Amino acid sequence: MAVHKGRGFSCINYPIGMNLGGDPSQALVHSTPDGKFMVTLSAIDLGQGMKQVSRQIAAETLGVPIEDVYVDTADSDTGPHDMGSFASRGTHRVGNAVIQAAREARSVMLDAAAEELEVSAADLETDGKGNIHVKGAPSRTIAVADTAIAAQFRQGRTISGRGIFLIPMSDVDPDTGEMTPVSCFAHAAVVLDLQVDDETGEVEVLEVNSAYEVGRALNPKMVEQQLIGGAWMGISHALFETTEPHYPNRDYGATDFNHYLMPGPGQVVPHHIAVLERPAEDAPYGGKGPGEMCANPLLPAVTNAVYNAVGVRIDALPVTPEKILRGIKANGGARPQGQSWEV
Amino acid sequence: MASSSIEFRKELFADERPEDLNEIGKPKQRQDALGHVTGRTAYFDDHKFEGLLHMRCVRSPHHHARIRSVNTSAAEIMPGVVRIVRPQDIPNNMNTMLSIIGFGRDDEALLQDKKVAYKGEPVIAIIGETELQVRNACKVVQVDYEVLPHVLDVEEALTPQAPVVNEEYPNNTFDYHDLYDHQKLRFGDVNGAFAKADHVIEGEYQMSPIEQAPMETCGAIAAPETNDRYVCYTSTQALFFSLGLSAKFLNVSSSRLHFIGGTVGGGFGGKVDSLHEPMAVLGSMLTGRPVKFMWDRAEEMQVGAPRGAERWRLKDGVMNDGRIVAREFTGFFDAGAYTRLSSYAIIKGTGHLPGPYSIPNVAANVYCVYTNRTPATAMRGFGITAVDFAIEAHMDKVAEAVRMNPIELRILNAYRDGEMKAHRRLAKNTALIECCQVAAQKGNWAIRPEFSAMSSLQGDSAKVDIPPTVVDHDGKIGDRKRGVINDAAPSKDGQVSDKPTSTVAPVTATQAMGEAAREPARVGADTMPSRVRSAEQESMPARDLPQPPAPTPAPPPAPAVPQQSAFAAPQNTPSDPPSTPVVPSTQQEPYTRGFKRPGTSPFVRGTRRR
Repeated sequence: MAVHKGRGFSCINYPIGMNLGGDPSQALVHSTPDGKFMVTLSAIDLGQGMKQVSRQIAAETLGVPIEDVYVDTADSDTGPHDMGSFASRGTHRVGNAVIQAAREARSVMLDAAAEELEVSAADLETDGKGNIHVKGAPSRTIAVADTAIAAQFRQGRTISGRGIFLIPMSDVDPDTGEMTPVSCFAHAAVVLDLQVDDETGEVEVLEVNSAYEVGRALNPKMVEQQLIGGAWMGISHALFETTEPHYPNRDYGATDFNHYLMPGPGQVVPHHIAVLERPAEDAPYGGKGPGEMCANPLLPAVTNAVYNAVGVRIDALPVTPEKILRGIKANGGARPQGQSWEV
Repeated sequence: MASSSIEFRKELFADERPEDLNEIGKPKQRQDALGHVTGRTAYFDDHKFEGLLHMRCVRSPHHHARIRSVNTSAAEIMPGVVRIVRPQDIPNNMNTMLSIIGFGRDDEALLQDKKVAYKGEPVIAIIGETELQVRNACKVVQVDYEVLPHVLDVEEALTPQAPVVNEEYPNNTFDYHDLYDHQKLRFGDVNGAFAKADHVIEGEYQMSPIEQAPMETCGAIAAPETNDRYVCYTSTQALFFSLGLSAKFLNVSSSRLHFIGGTVGGGFGGKVDSLHEPMAVLGSMLTGRPVKFMWDRAEEMQVGAPRGAERWRLKDGVMNDGRIVAREFTGFFDAGAYTRLSSYAIIKGTGHLPGPYSIPNVAANVYCVYTNRTPATAMRGFGITAVDFAIEAHMDKVAEAVRMNPIELRILNAYRDGEMKAHRRLAKNTALIECCQVAAQKGNWAIRPEFSAMSSLQGDSAKVDIPPTVVDHDGKIGDRKRGVINDAAPSKDGQVSDKPTSTVAPVTATQAMGEAAREPARVGADTMPSRVRSAEQESMPARDLPQPPAPTPAPPPAPAVPQQSAFAAPQNTPSDPPSTPVVPSTQQEPYTRGFKRPGTSPFVRGTRRR
């Protein structure tokens, strides 16, 4: 009877965007009469922060403060077409559409400001604080609000823009599988430490150390919440979750959270994350989308660590105490693996 | 409890990432945070309607059964019952989800009238004044079933004597490219490499079905609007998916539907299937009143589509120094009774093989198998999570076999910029090695200096070409039923292909439909350093890599033979259909027009490449 410590490693890459493309998203941007901006989408905010990331991208591209931008989404009477929030496509596809729409709106805004300041639009820049001025002559300035008022009431211009992002569909060769599946990949690697009780078969994950490469982290706090929560979900997949505990037999399927096992918030494992940022060329400001992929490396890291701890390979998920105990019994006892390689 | 921590390793890839932005990269608070933390954010179920009706389904207790008759007379006179909804009330009661992009054939009814193929499949719906009254009415509906033999295991379903689960796909497998009963991947010659390998390591891995478990269960509320329209508040993850499929099921113009959503109480992939919206709108059309159709937790867990189970067999050929020279996959996706999105996820999973490694010989056969269980659907990591589990569990076995540090084994085999991937596109923007190095460092897992010094930027010039590839034509649709039983694994009797190494044109992003479509992608590009290669070069060897011994000629143009579309275009149809004027849609034009013809969804009409 003993508790055995073990550690496991795993690394993955993850495709961003709907496989084979063919999944457009549109965005519309317009200014209110006093220079605030509305972004209109049909994207879905599942809690991942779709609205916020679109808002930051729009503010960045327009060159205005984020407080002056709001995102309105998912009313089919006003929002333009979007395939939906799945397949790690939201930030990548919608973000690119927002950039295009915001660029067009910014261009009209600068034209309107140029007319007011009697200069060329090419000589203007935004300060990100709500002002537009002549490059190299910051005293020759006009507020975005005054620009919008002038555009609306004197010049008769709409400060607005349209955007779409589409990667056309790729074919697939039936004999070789040749295809262009996606345009960029996120990456991750984790070291997971756990302990296994060889009397009860219980596994307790002690700590995770990880590196996640997400392209540019568009909002570092939102990246953090995704990675912490997603990794927790991966551990839960490995150790607990299934709708059919006797798969392929369908009996004893859970119908509520008393029987569908998941760790609670108090069981979130200490997780030390390093974020790497290698921007993707076709992603909005290089951001790849961390949400979906962050669970994946945890599943094999758990089973690899269980093997390292007690010498039992669990190749069918979830890792239940029963499977561990049967494995230990078959081996004639726990067999901690330690370090099996030569240095 | 020890807390977690996060650090941003800005020194890595710093020259590819200018840090001169105002709003991007800043930890700005979400615009919806206040509403979320004060409990005032409105979700679909927070929209209250006077006289709201409730809808629930009578569901099959059997895995597989023919419906002889349905008797609702007792239910009709139950208190509060307003309307019994039968399959024949649904104008177009047959669909497959990806008809929206012209992929696959219609194979699933909203309500079944002939045969149920999984436990929980809906047969009849009842609309009533209160949820309790509807629950009680559902209990007294009498359905006379003739129970049929069922099959629950994927490999049992592939045997010739297995019961037919899904009449549209009588071989119990999805039809790929109108040709094969599985998706193939072939790159190089795995069997030749296995013969020369120092070790051959095999393993089998099983992923369990998993529930998405959103706090808010799936649902929709529909109500008549003025002007002969219907509003629908929905928890969907894909607004226009749900709108388009509702218009198809109900055979109405999409202009009569007004869908509102966007704020969802957790999705994780389980809210893409678009079953609630057509049911709620139908209920509203039949009663003229607001109708809510929402799953309870038991339905969410057992009737709502889970992450599907997957079974993967891996076989690696490995040299004593840890180089993996061949990897073969045999994969079985358990789609459940209907296709939903499984067939598509398999192509995604196939494109992902052999994982983030450069392996010179790769083969895979991946099957989308129908069984008598709840259809599977998307969940976080769809098409990837299970095979990543298999690959990384297998990598540990390989490391053990060659007595190698598992992290060093990964770094040794990691894919790097400019190397050819098995789906025949060059890798770019890779960062696996750096992730391994940083995780090892954080986790205090020692690796030798030569592995710490490696970089994703330095691809191997010996790995840029597409190797001569062994192909086969095993596993044609219906072969197994005809008694031609091949091993499910990739064939051992293939021949080197005489086709060009590339038959599929590379695809690049386009920024606009119609007139501006020819302009290459610019979005995001001006934040990128010039050393990042442009998308147009993706099938060409990287410039900054050492050149291979002989200069690689540009790949020959695509052959003149018609290509098989990934999207089930009829065989031998010219890929470029004669241009016919598009009739402007009138308000009452049924929305279904595009759906019955593969590849001509109204959503993508005019944007297909060919």
